[in-house]
Amino acid sequence: MKNRLLLNQVMKYTFFLLTLVALGVLAVLIVQVFTQGIGWLNWSFLTSKLSLNPERAGILGVIVGTVMLMIVVGPVTMVLGICTAIYLEEYAKKSRFQSFIQTNISNLAGVPSVIFGLLGLTVFSRMFGLGSSILAGGLTMSLLVLPIVVVASQEAIRSVPQFLREASYGMGATKWQTIRRIVLPAALPGILTGMILSLSRAIGETAPLVVLGIPVLIMPIPSSIMDDFTALPIQIYYWTLDAVLTPEYANLAAATIIVLLIVLFVMNSAAIFIRNKFQKRY
Amino acid sequence: MNNNLGVKEQIQQNLQKRNKRLMEKAVPALLFTAAFISVLTTIGIVLTLVFDTMQFFRHVPFWEFFTSTKLSPLSREPSFGILPLINGTIISSLIAMCVAIPIGLTSAIYLSEYASERVRKLVKPMMEVLAGIPTIVYGFFAYSFVTPLLAYIIPDLGAKNVLSPGIVMGIMIIPLVASLSEDAMSSVPNSMREGALALGATRLEVTMKVIIPAAISGIIASFVLAVSRAIGETMIVTIASGSSKNFTFDITESMQTMTAYIVEFTSGDAGSGTVGYYSLYAVGFTLFVFTLVMNLIAQYISRKFREAY
Repeated sequence: MKNRLLLNQVMKYTFFLLTLVALGVLAVLIVQVFTQGIGWLNWSFLTSKLSLNPERAGILGVIVGTVMLMIVVGPVTMVLGICTAIYLEEYAKKSRFQSFIQTNISNLAGVPSVIFGLLGLTVFSRMFGLGSSILAGGLTMSLLVLPIVVVASQEAIRSVPQFLREASYGMGATKWQTIRRIVLPAALPGILTGMILSLSRAIGETAPLVVLGIPVLIMPIPSSIMDDFTALPIQIYYWTLDAVLTPEYANLAAATIIVLLIVLFVMNSAAIFIRNKFQKRY
Repeated sequence: MNNNLGVKEQIQQNLQKRNKRLMEKAVPALLFTAAFISVLTTIGIVLTLVFDTMQFFRHVPFWEFFTSTKLSPLSREPSFGILPLINGTIISSLIAMCVAIPIGLTSAIYLSEYASERVRKLVKPMMEVLAGIPTIVYGFFAYSFVTPLLAYIIPDLGAKNVLSPGIVMGIMIIPLVASLSEDAMSSVPNSMREGALALGATRLEVTMKVIIPAAISGIIASFVLAVSRAIGETMIVTIASGSSKNFTFDITESMQTMTAYIVEFTSGDAGSGTVGYYSLYAVGFTLFVFTLVMNLIAQYISRKFREAY
């Protein structure tokens, strides 16, 4: 009798400790990256161009590249994602086509990101001749994060209560008017949250861009979306690889990781803020 | 039609009505086009992979690709056997599972069955942070922290080895296993918990004999999805496991996974049209089939064996 209770207690703390292992590693990871990189993170690191000399290297061009990549990914994903979600939730509800697309989207979400890289390489880079430009990278990334936006937007649209729609129809509004003026505004916070989460996924994703063949060379700061570019995760990747020869590059990689983590933290906090602040409960 | 209106107003009203009707017809068509993009993406993926894989098998016999243990795409007499890559992929995923399954499952048990609401509200967001960290950061962590740490314990560990990225990959996957398993366990109705507790069972007995058996389909599905994630994971293994194409079972040595091969080959200078370039797609296709099968199995398990209450 006693043993059973004792075992329960012992296991309870074992479970708790094992849960802490994961969080402990998270803490170690953050501490390690910050101690290694914080000394290198200063204003001139953020505002100077890439350089082979680790003392003078900065990530201005990398930041510009990431921002421009997001300028492509944002609108493309937003339009495609929201339109798909509206179609699935409002027009194709419970049809065979809906379940087909739904299965398709959930399978797409499980496709490894390198494969999206191969798709981008074949279709956008080679077939459309976009090379390793920001546009090619952005379009590839949009397809990769599309399932996130679609699923989030669908949930947001589904949570708009039916009586709002019915009231709108009752006033003589058409279906599209109802969607545009009633459903979408009510679902906006949820859609925005999904949008931010998908962008934060796109900012950290490396593999598809590397597959597209982003050059390793030091390059000028990109000025249009047709230019070649480098982005935060790619720069981390190359600096980590090159740290074998020049150990200081590892510190630069760590400093860049800090920048990346801070950006992600801000974005995710914004998503949580929007969700808590503007989400209406009916 | 209202007779008090002038001709101009009437025309305008008619126009507005027609526009409205046009919108009602055009909008669904536009939305359908957007929804169809996701289907096109799938078709695009399959077509690019199949097409260039067929090109590849014109140069390399099918049999050799799947049975040869020698992979040297850039040597003078290139040889394309995928077994070293499959071996590396399976071994790194196995290591990851050895980390992710025990820790993920116990975290799920703790959060679902033991933790108070306050602890849960604290731990779950932190798990989400863990899940949101980009894989490149984990790769850096594996290479510059975990490998040197492991080298203290295993002196003849290579600077690039499969053990360290395997472990880090496991840590990356913990949140996936934990949250999916927890979902499965918390969807077991409370009446079953209370029934068992009322019979005098301890929390542990309730968990082991009631909750886990009832949630087993969801739990297994989460394991299978985790394997699929590990197989498809790229940056951690690319950075920390290196690019040696040896067919070996020694986890202290460098191995290459299918994903890392794709990255190595595309960021190198594989000219379009060479056999090496096409091998990329053959490997990609194999990887795609691996993950697709895993995902379908997971879907099948969670649908087929779900206990409905």
